[in-house]
Amino acid sequence: MKLFSVIALLFLAVTVLWTPMGHTEEAPTVDEIITKTNQTAYYQGQDGRAQVKMTITDQQGNTREREFVILRKNMDDKNEEQHFYVYFKNPADVREMVFMVWKHVGKDDDRWMYLPALDVVRQIASSDKRTSFVGSTFFYEDVSGRSLLEDTHELVETTDNYYVIKNTPKNPATVEFDSFTMHIHKTTFIPVKVEYEKGGKVYRTVEARKVDTISGFPTVTQSSMKDLNLGTETTLDYEKVEYNIGIPENIFTERFMRRAPRQYLE
Amino acid sequence: MTVKSDLITGITWFTALFMVVAVLCTPVFSEEPALPEGLAPASSAAEPPLPAGLEDAPPATEPPLPQGLETPSEPALPEGLESSSEPALPPGLKSSDLLSETTVESVPARKPPFELHGFWDIRAGTRVQSDPAQSKDATLGESRLQLKTDKGWDKVFVEFTADGVFDAVNERAKLDIRQWRLTWTPVDALDIRIGRQVLTWGTGDMLFINDLFPKDWVSFFSGRNEEYLKAPSNAVRAGWFNDWMNVEVAWSPRFDSDRHITGKRFSYYSPIHGTTVGSDNQVRVNKPDDFFKDDEIALRLYRSIGSAQLAFYGYSGYWKSPGGMQIFPFRSVFPKLRAYGASLQGALGRGVGSIEIGYYDSREDRGGRKALINNSEFRVLLGYEREIAKELTLGLQYYLEHMMQYGAYRDTLPFFMTARDRDRHVLTMRLTKLLMNQNLILSFFGYFSPSDADAYLRPGITYKISDTITLETGGNIFLGNSRTSFFGQFQDNTNVYAGLRFSF
Repeated sequence: MKLFSVIALLFLAVTVLWTPMGHTEEAPTVDEIITKTNQTAYYQGQDGRAQVKMTITDQQGNTREREFVILRKNMDDKNEEQHFYVYFKNPADVREMVFMVWKHVGKDDDRWMYLPALDVVRQIASSDKRTSFVGSTFFYEDVSGRSLLEDTHELVETTDNYYVIKNTPKNPATVEFDSFTMHIHKTTFIPVKVEYEKGGKVYRTVEARKVDTISGFPTVTQSSMKDLNLGTETTLDYEKVEYNIGIPENIFTERFMRRAPRQYLE
Repeated sequence: MTVKSDLITGITWFTALFMVVAVLCTPVFSEEPALPEGLAPASSAAEPPLPAGLEDAPPATEPPLPQGLETPSEPALPEGLESSSEPALPPGLKSSDLLSETTVESVPARKPPFELHGFWDIRAGTRVQSDPAQSKDATLGESRLQLKTDKGWDKVFVEFTADGVFDAVNERAKLDIRQWRLTWTPVDALDIRIGRQVLTWGTGDMLFINDLFPKDWVSFFSGRNEEYLKAPSNAVRAGWFNDWMNVEVAWSPRFDSDRHITGKRFSYYSPIHGTTVGSDNQVRVNKPDDFFKDDEIALRLYRSIGSAQLAFYGYSGYWKSPGGMQIFPFRSVFPKLRAYGASLQGALGRGVGSIEIGYYDSREDRGGRKALINNSEFRVLLGYEREIAKELTLGLQYYLEHMMQYGAYRDTLPFFMTARDRDRHVLTMRLTKLLMNQNLILSFFGYFSPSDADAYLRPGITYKISDTITLETGGNIFLGNSRTSFFGQFQDNTNVYAGLRFSF
């Protein structure tokens, strides 16, 4: 019995000495990384608003600007359903137009458009998420998020600062790329750079240019999307970013498309 | 450049190896070991600052992987050479930055007392064939300046939009107030909007069943911007919004008719003359115009079912375009009308589908025997829209006007009038293609009536030269076998137009 206790104690001592301490945890799995990244990129806080200035530069170097306020509300706890309300401020011909999306995972989003001069609310067909958002190099899918289930994910490299994840579409016919690679910052899970490639050549890149911490949430406040084939670039500047301001669910309805909720849009 | 390797296994082995080395070589465990190169906590808990020298260490100073873990294809980077493929950390992600909350210094913007926006629009259009009933070929020629502003307080805001138009075709200057309305939210569930405003509801695209708000057919046919299809109403619009059924009421104290075709600019078919007539025989109307006595009220009840929308409609007022005639004196009149309807719109397959029905109760001629008053009608609209290719959207609609009491109509039809069909079928098609980063819009909208054997086609091109300048051009093409049908009567009015708009 005494021998048994000694051996047990020794075993315990060795176990304690061998136990990983503090930082020396196991590296996160691919699923953990991409779930956290998705959360950080699209689902932080219960709701949020941002004033966005979008500068679109074409092949000749001419620029066009779009300015809008985007309101977002998470509609469930699973990082899936979201509602978006986009109110355009600039240029003058789109002023006061409203674009609203109810984002779904697993089925097509629902989209509506409000034209103030005609007082028309129209539901618009929205099957293709990879079409340009208001003429920029960003797609609807870039603005509202791509479902994690659409691709297989692979951690190809871990460097000092980044997890490098390669994503390959499960249904290649639905997209125009062969794969896309993300450099994800290890501490904040912000995707710092995303590169889309086709035929081994990178043709489209998204970069986070500036990050601020707002209300405790690391937030990309400037990002840029380059289409290397077309030679166009779109830069997004996010100002007046706020989280958890208590946007009610009913804002994302026809009523407030016709009557803009000014308290959230100033 | 991505390196495909079995790094997960490698890292785990390296971790185990390092732990053993650390345990054996470090007798005291009073402080945590420094983070090894290449490892970071998976959680976003506040990271202790990396020791000096490890902060933002470029890959060049990364210690070479132990033997056996080296990837054969990639040589160790010489010191000083950063990997070109690894993105530099953007400002804000350096570990010291993350500890401090960014105080976003918002420069308090000095807002002007009110903002003024608007545009200057110059536009011209002409018939492509001559119209014997019209002395002028020009169908459009105007300079329009729109100014709009708004001002808000706590529960109230006011909007004002007005157009100053110099019209070369009508040879006059005009002030057209498009909007002058006050919006008041007395309680959370109520919105009250009083004043001059454009009102639209219903599911149709350029076709209207339960939208009995004024339309401007003259603008629509002559090539003014599409927004001018709707004319403003003077009304009080009140909405009660809740989760069960939203209720909206629009009451106009005095009847607002359509801005209908009068012959001034576009010729129309006159049954009395038995042919199309124009500026020499303009429509003269006897319009209900008493305040409060000749009022109209429209009602809509709607709710969402998932993301689809179900709505019920009601209207009490008058036919919006002339719906009858009086003989002494000879005038076009607007007989009393009540309308009831319903609609459903929502996602259908990969597009959006809609169905709308309405019953027009022509109260002054329920029996259908009054030859000079429109009969009651039943109307149906089916619509479907979806994207058929990249940046190419197709919308299709089927529309039916079914005349009630058709037998009585035929019995009492005056000898000089050509009989209408009992059922008027109309098909519409809308094609929109976006090009050049959505700065070039090619659009086509066509009405085709197989029963009337006529059509109205609206091709158009919009080009946004810059954020402030837009060029628009297009045509209004009327085709028809006869001159008595709804679109066929306008066949001498086929025109083309162009416009330039400077927005601010």
